[in-house]
Amino acid sequence: MDKYLARAEEFVITETLQQKLLRVLRRTVSNIQEFWRLYRKNHLAVIGGAIVLAFILLAIFAPWVTPHDPVTPNFRAIRKPPVWMKGGSWTHPLGTDHLGRDIWTRIIYGARVSLFIGFVVVGFATVIGVTLGLISGYYGGKIDAVIQRVIDTLLAFPYLILATALVGVLGPGLRNIVLALLYKEWIYPCRVVRSEVLVAKEQEYVEAARTVGAGNRHIMFREILPNVLASTVVVSTLRVGSVILMEASLSFLGLGVEPPTPAWGSMVAEGRRFINTEWWVSTLPGLAILLTVLGINLMGEGLRDALDPKLRE
Amino acid sequence: MDKILQRLLHTIPVLIGISLIVFSLMHLTPGDPVEIMLGEVGYVSQEDIELMRAELGLDRPLIEQYFSFVAGILRGDWGTSLRARVPVKALILERLPATIELTIAAIVVSLIIGIPAGVLSAVRRYSWLDKLGTLVALVGISMPQFWLGLTLILVFSVGLHLLPGGVRLAFDIPAPPTVTGLLLVDSILAGNWTAFWGTMRHLALPALTLGAPMSALTMRVTRSSMLEVIRQDYVTFARAKGVKEMAVVIKHALRNALIPIVTVVALNMGSLLGGNMIVERIFSWPGLGQLVVDSIRTYDYPVVQVSVMIYALTYVAMNLIADLLYMRLNPRVRI
Repeated sequence: MDKYLARAEEFVITETLQQKLLRVLRRTVSNIQEFWRLYRKNHLAVIGGAIVLAFILLAIFAPWVTPHDPVTPNFRAIRKPPVWMKGGSWTHPLGTDHLGRDIWTRIIYGARVSLFIGFVVVGFATVIGVTLGLISGYYGGKIDAVIQRVIDTLLAFPYLILATALVGVLGPGLRNIVLALLYKEWIYPCRVVRSEVLVAKEQEYVEAARTVGAGNRHIMFREILPNVLASTVVVSTLRVGSVILMEASLSFLGLGVEPPTPAWGSMVAEGRRFINTEWWVSTLPGLAILLTVLGINLMGEGLRDALDPKLRE
Repeated sequence: MDKILQRLLHTIPVLIGISLIVFSLMHLTPGDPVEIMLGEVGYVSQEDIELMRAELGLDRPLIEQYFSFVAGILRGDWGTSLRARVPVKALILERLPATIELTIAAIVVSLIIGIPAGVLSAVRRYSWLDKLGTLVALVGISMPQFWLGLTLILVFSVGLHLLPGGVRLAFDIPAPPTVTGLLLVDSILAGNWTAFWGTMRHLALPALTLGAPMSALTMRVTRSSMLEVIRQDYVTFARAKGVKEMAVVIKHALRNALIPIVTVVALNMGSLLGGNMIVERIFSWPGLGQLVVDSIRTYDYPVVQVSVMIYALTYVAMNLIADLLYMRLNPRVRI
């Protein structure tokens, strides 16, 4: 009932600023409640969200979670096994590597790199992709043709190969990794938004806005954008997982953030030499990647079911 | 016919785009590419720098450089490797067969795993089997390939001593004479079954690793495509006619569900090809992927450019074939 009242209030033009804020707030709260009601039905999605949240919190509060330092070698504790194996202890719950660095510590510090790159790259890519997708779908014609040909071209390059070549050319470092991934990443939100816009611009509400004299920019960003936001959020969430996998692969190939800064991919690569004896050095960071990406994918599928029923298979 | 021509014309802007991106790779370096390349070698004089700049044509205007680059590619003159001092073409042709063999094996593996699993999931929809399959597929997509490869080596090579964890053929088995470069084909041609079996064993783990994400994807597509088809009237009709369930599923449903599967497999060739680099590195596979990584590390730009281009062209070719196949399989598109 509240929902309908809120809707009706929109048509009352005479309202104070305070009333307006209150109305918007009330609607947001009810939207979030509605979303949560749908989302929590999917138990796997809730678990996925919890995993992601846990990694984010661990990454932020890393110095408070572990007493060890992620980069300083400790030659008194070299190659200690995890706690559940013979010779393991709670001092190093997941064991140590060949330099005596605590694996658990390096994993949670490594989460900083992976999550940062995942969210930053997808964030920028979404802004670029959504804008270009809106323009491409709304105007059509020549602009659309050019953008689509660029996308076709970028699609032809295997993501990892292109990213590797670009990092190789631009040089290593956090900024260049972000740039190299952005080079292709924007096409995913762009394609989704474009196809949604093609449908949306034929709808009545767009026609109505045009009739009352709304300009192109108003229609694109105020009328169409809110309606394509749901599918953008879903796609972007799922892309974070892919980008994290890409970053891990780059750093596995030795093109990630520079050592000794811990990153999951390079930890696996370093531990490879000891796979015959100290398997945990390379296996456990890999497991962290798997868990994070799985969590994000479960979350993405949950979001899809809750936000955008028509995207369901 | 018109449709086919249209599709062919459609690739032209993409090919131009590819050449532009590949060409620009060398020019994206912050600073002078020649100095970076020669900096790897050690001390160099200004004269050497000028000499190399002339050799690479970097002293000419950009437009001219681009056209001579494209002309060279078209003529089959792909430049010289800065590191190995041999033609890039020879270097690449030497590596290509290993990658082709591995890639084909990976596609076969992913179809063998993905299609039956997807069919089973669709037929037993909402059963625990379906739920398990869906979860396993999701794990397969979320898994870093290098980690899967290492885990497989850890279990099957280090732990169980069942399968070899690297290279194409054991050193104590003499390789068959090179005809195609594909060891499986060559050993059949030579009638060398020891080498054939050896190659198969060596292919197993890398192909499984490279094909894993694709298997997961194939399974998901097969499942949803089957679910769509199974509701169709002709399937119900076949059942009503008294056709055995197995035959209904395979002959009537799966056959029609195959079209989207072909499309999705072709569209995701990119990720399969990209995985090459990782898998070849883990399994010491002497293919193109390793060559790319090594050349990037040593700033061997001519090799990087051509190999990256070959990956892109392979993708374009695969998609073209898939589209043409699609037109043949689906009469509605053909008209």
